[in-house]
Amino acid sequence: MKSAAKAVIRTPVDVGRGTGEVRLSVEQVSYAYAPNPSQSPVFTLEATSFQAKPGEIVAILGPNASGKSTLLKLISGALEPLSGRILLNGFVTHALEPRTRAQRIAMVLQESPLLFPARAWEFVLQGRHPYGRSLRFENHEDVAIARNALAQVGAEHLSDRWMDQISGGEKQRIILARALAQQPLLLLLDEPTLHLDIGAQVDLLDGLRRLAAQNRYTVVVVTHELNLAAEYADQVALLQKGKCLRVGPPASVYQRDLLEQVFQTPLTVEMGASGRPRVNAIRPREAESET
Amino acid sequence: MRVRPLTISRLLGQCAVLLLILFLIVLIALKLGAVPVSLYGLGHDLFRVLIGRSNEISSDYSLIVFSLRLPRIFLAIFVGASLSVAGCGFQALLRNPLADPYVLGVSYGAAVGAMLAMICEPYLPLPANIAALLTPVGGFFGAVVTIVAVYFLGRRQGQIESTTLLLGGVITGSFFSAIIMFLMTVLPSGNTRGIAFWFMGDLSTPVQPSVGWVLRVGFLAAGLVIYATASDLNLLLTGEKEAMHLGVDVPRVQLVVYLAASLLAGLAVSVSGAIGYVGLLVPHAMRWIFGSDHRVLLPTAAIGGAIALVVADTLARTVVAPTELPVGAVTAIAGAPLFLYLLRRRLT
Repeated sequence: MKSAAKAVIRTPVDVGRGTGEVRLSVEQVSYAYAPNPSQSPVFTLEATSFQAKPGEIVAILGPNASGKSTLLKLISGALEPLSGRILLNGFVTHALEPRTRAQRIAMVLQESPLLFPARAWEFVLQGRHPYGRSLRFENHEDVAIARNALAQVGAEHLSDRWMDQISGGEKQRIILARALAQQPLLLLLDEPTLHLDIGAQVDLLDGLRRLAAQNRYTVVVVTHELNLAAEYADQVALLQKGKCLRVGPPASVYQRDLLEQVFQTPLTVEMGASGRPRVNAIRPREAESET
Repeated sequence: MRVRPLTISRLLGQCAVLLLILFLIVLIALKLGAVPVSLYGLGHDLFRVLIGRSNEISSDYSLIVFSLRLPRIFLAIFVGASLSVAGCGFQALLRNPLADPYVLGVSYGAAVGAMLAMICEPYLPLPANIAALLTPVGGFFGAVVTIVAVYFLGRRQGQIESTTLLLGGVITGSFFSAIIMFLMTVLPSGNTRGIAFWFMGDLSTPVQPSVGWVLRVGFLAAGLVIYATASDLNLLLTGEKEAMHLGVDVPRVQLVVYLAASLLAGLAVSVSGAIGYVGLLVPHAMRWIFGSDHRVLLPTAAIGGAIALVVADTLARTVVAPTELPVGAVTAIAGAPLFLYLLRRRLT
């Protein structure tokens, strides 16, 4: 992403409130999902805790069905935890009124198809919805913020394009710009790199790193990309079958035995020059000859 | 970098153009018919009607025009606008561009409700003008029951499935049309209106003044309620989850819009029968012209629906005069090919 370092126009939400340096606090949160209340739960998330500061990126890792997306939904306030609580600047996220919540938490979901065509700028302006009544007409400030959001993700040139006529990577930028237009404190992303090629993946995460530092967002991202998470995250939370096994900086969580056990495949873990670990998968036969 | 949000003046300008077209169409509709009228005389008398001096209207012909044609045109305006706005509402909530009161079976459900109310009316100890109000109320309840049924038929594992929903609507509609046939067959014919009324729609039956008030108040209330959620509906089009994360109180908006759209469909059906394609095609056409922003789409679709139905009813009155076609036949003949055209356009 090209740099476009303009200052974001921030509204004074939560300024001077909250619990000091810690912005997001996940405290012993658990959840159980049952298709109907009489049945025993088919999926449970056991007590999970971590904390994140402004400007920090937290990556949630784990195999399929480990509870990553559930944890993200709990953080977003869309789900109510069975026990424990999630605080954003001292406020319980799921108890916030929908509009207030959307002013503080922005969620970038996996791509969803558009029913009717929309232009990129219309899409980004949707991010201003939490800041008005149900029926609202955008004002100059909204337009300025939308332009700025487009600039921050380096997508000014896409502004007038139709959403169904741009590439996956470009679309992901526009969706991110809409989240930025919400001017959130907490930015949540559900597998944002899923349909992107490696260049677009690096581009996106590089941009996130820069935005988190510039705008002091706390970023929580669910991903399958172990190496990208190691490169860009300040903390990683490793989940397996609804259990949070470990939380900490990538270097402390990325241990060969642990990762092999979680992902059920032989791996190597090397420490890179930057002090960040690298993970490589090995074919089972090679693994046997190695041992 | 172009960012051009909707402004109120642009919205009003677009509505004004459509209102002007509606006005011209109404003039033409007043002029056309079995009784010939001059445009000058029409304009003269129309002005008198507008300033509330209809008793001064000179010729008997004009009197016929204003006491027969004008109320019927107003009815067409009301029904067309209602069906069209209800169609917009259902399309946004169900995220399905093919959803409309007719396709979803809501019109037939409303027809059954209205018929049942009509059957009960004579047995209730109420004055005639109060008892007549039961018909639109019955239509509303019929519409609500149907949309709830179709919604749950179309929902699988928490997601609305487009094809299941539409099939559910078609089957529910055929179930209710069978009930209409059954009621028609077993009841004495004087109790309910004719088959053509319920299945094809008809605007020639005059509406009682008390019902007329219910229609006006109901339309205004439901229309304003839906319009108040216009920005929310824009976000719902991108998905329920997205809307929720952008601050929309999704369950509340859904409940309010389902009820209001059902009210519009129920009211329209109770006075005109099941007129198809208006709720489907007018929103499509308006989206094509003005875009899919509900802040523009809802008012333009309301006016566009009124224009479409006034035109259709005028054709129904005049094409094979002195015999009349059911208006629903006209909307279907014009609507189905136009719909196919729009569908092809969308796909290419």
